[in-house]
Amino acid sequence: MSSGYKESFSIVAGDFASAGEVSARIKIILRMIGIDPAIIRRVSIAAYEAELNMIIHSFGGEMTLKIDSGSIHIDCVDTGPGIEDIEMAMKEGFSTASPDIQMMGFGAGMGLPNIKKNSDEMEIRSDPGGTHLHLKFNIV
Amino acid sequence: MTIAEAAAILNCKTVCGADKMDRPVSSACGADLMSDVLTFVKENCLLLTGMVNAHVVRTAEMLDVPCIVLVRGKVPTQDMIELAEQTGVTLLTCEYTLYEACGRLYQNGLPPCK
Repeated sequence: MSSGYKESFSIVAGDFASAGEVSARIKIILRMIGIDPAIIRRVSIAAYEAELNMIIHSFGGEMTLKIDSGSIHIDCVDTGPGIEDIEMAMKEGFSTASPDIQMMGFGAGMGLPNIKKNSDEMEIRSDPGGTHLHLKFNIV
Repeated sequence: MTIAEAAAILNCKTVCGADKMDRPVSSACGADLMSDVLTFVKENCLLLTGMVNAHVVRTAEMLDVPCIVLVRGKVPTQDMIELAEQTGVTLLTCEYTLYEACGRLYQNGLPPCK
């Protein structure tokens, strides 16, 4: 298995049309490296939810994929405006997404809980200057 | 059940992925809310939906869902077709409502996603 892989991807605020392109790219990279398909699926779901969150709710930022010998890391760092109440955002069904997004079938307030469910470790720090979401997936 | 068998039960028209109809599906779900689909759908599940946009295909791609059936004769958008072709997701349409399409597949032994 390869080790020490790192790549960052730009996420543009409000660019809902391209939502999922970064997650799809991450999925291809993990397949090429030969990661277990069940782990790839969990990473893909969490990355897609995180990418949607950044596009819908943030001012934009970067998603970084890091792979070492024992784990996969996804870091989502944006430039604001921050999550006002993380405890509420972690509750299933709590959403601040616009009706437009909900009309597309998203923004039902399931994102962060689903990210937590699919990752082995999740850390989130947020203030008005930005949010940093760190996800870890164990490979072995 | 294969995608081809499910397509025959629902009298589907094939939009794209005709060469991948022999893939197995082990369950099915009917939903328009992709937020929900992302939380409970398992791999090799057939997705029935009335939601028509490219994000439905992107959601299927992330979940390893091999086939989407658009119900009530919905017509897929061009970007939806292009993404399905690019990602290898078989895209079908049928005339049944979501309720009846799900019912017909269930009646023929395709279980729900659990």
